[in-house]
Amino acid sequence: MEKAQRLELARRLVVELEADNEQQVAATLAELTEGIGCQDELFMQIGKLTRELHEAIKNFAHDQEVAELVQVDMPDAAERLQYVISTTESATHQTINAIEEMLNVSRRIKEDSGQLGQQWDEFMQRKLAYENFAGLCVGLKDFLQRSQQDGNKLHDTMNEILMAQGFQDITGQIIKKVIALVKDMESKLVDLVILAGHSHNSHNDEQLRKQKMAKEDGPAVPGVTQSDVMSSQDDVDDLLSSLGF
Amino acid sequence: MKILVVDDFSTMRRIVKNLLSDLGFKNIDEADDGNTALPKLKSGNFDFLVTDWNMPGMTGIDLLKAVRADPQLASIPVLMVTAESKREQIIEAAQAGVNGYVVKPFTAGTLEEKINKIFERVNG
Repeated sequence: MEKAQRLELARRLVVELEADNEQQVAATLAELTEGIGCQDELFMQIGKLTRELHEAIKNFAHDQEVAELVQVDMPDAAERLQYVISTTESATHQTINAIEEMLNVSRRIKEDSGQLGQQWDEFMQRKLAYENFAGLCVGLKDFLQRSQQDGNKLHDTMNEILMAQGFQDITGQIIKKVIALVKDMESKLVDLVILAGHSHNSHNDEQLRKQKMAKEDGPAVPGVTQSDVMSSQDDVDDLLSSLGF
Repeated sequence: MKILVVDDFSTMRRIVKNLLSDLGFKNIDEADDGNTALPKLKSGNFDFLVTDWNMPGMTGIDLLKAVRADPQLASIPVLMVTAESKREQIIEAAQAGVNGYVVKPFTAGTLEEKINKIFERVNG
């Protein structure tokens, strides 16, 4: 409503008030406040919505679940994954230690059987000197004894390696828990994004994900890694040779 | 002796199967969950059940309870091999009628000892 119009109405209101003309006063007041009334109502609605939003955000921030997520679950997830790293590391060391022992044993078997085999061939071809025959017999006896011991050792060491593989089950269970936690966090964060007023346009997600993955390093994970990865040593070698190396 | 090994992790099933084979038990079948184990038990004439606790469909504790509740299966000895080590869980398993409880990570020696113990009791 224009200022002139309002002034006019105001002057009329004063006159009607002085004349005690209640009916007219009411009508003029209504006319005067008409525009203002609408705006008031709009402000009131905005005010109400803002208050509600503040309450919702405040409640969300104080939400027990969110507090837990940030203070307990996230550090917990990091710790669990750290445990996965240390468990797999120690299982791998255990396995490699056992393998090194067995490599020693198998090397010795190869050497001993090679030497004895030579002597035995000489014997079979009647080329072995008589005085060496006793030595061959002792050598064979010792070899058979050692083989028995080696056989036991190999058996036990293989079992050690078998048991070391148990890490996969334990770490797998831990990782499952962390996956569940991450999914939980994701849905809380989506709620928060919606609350903050940005629409969650999920078809941007795939694009954003691809952009992010393309920049990442680390081991290639099938299904996740988006950038152009070589899937085997042969691929790497082919690429290098095509570049002239 | 026919044995059923139940665990949702295939690697763990393989480890247990190999250990049992080393102890002389060669007739071994596998299941990846309580839900797939139960029908096998019902139709299979098994003499021994080795099971994990944490499995996505039917857990080991529920499998144990189902076995004990079924007159056809109730007498089968059950050994739990699991990462669950809380006191309440061990008590719950004992009360549900488990015959042995091995906690992961475990050694071949422990597994052998517990199995021998179970069969001593069963035969003795």
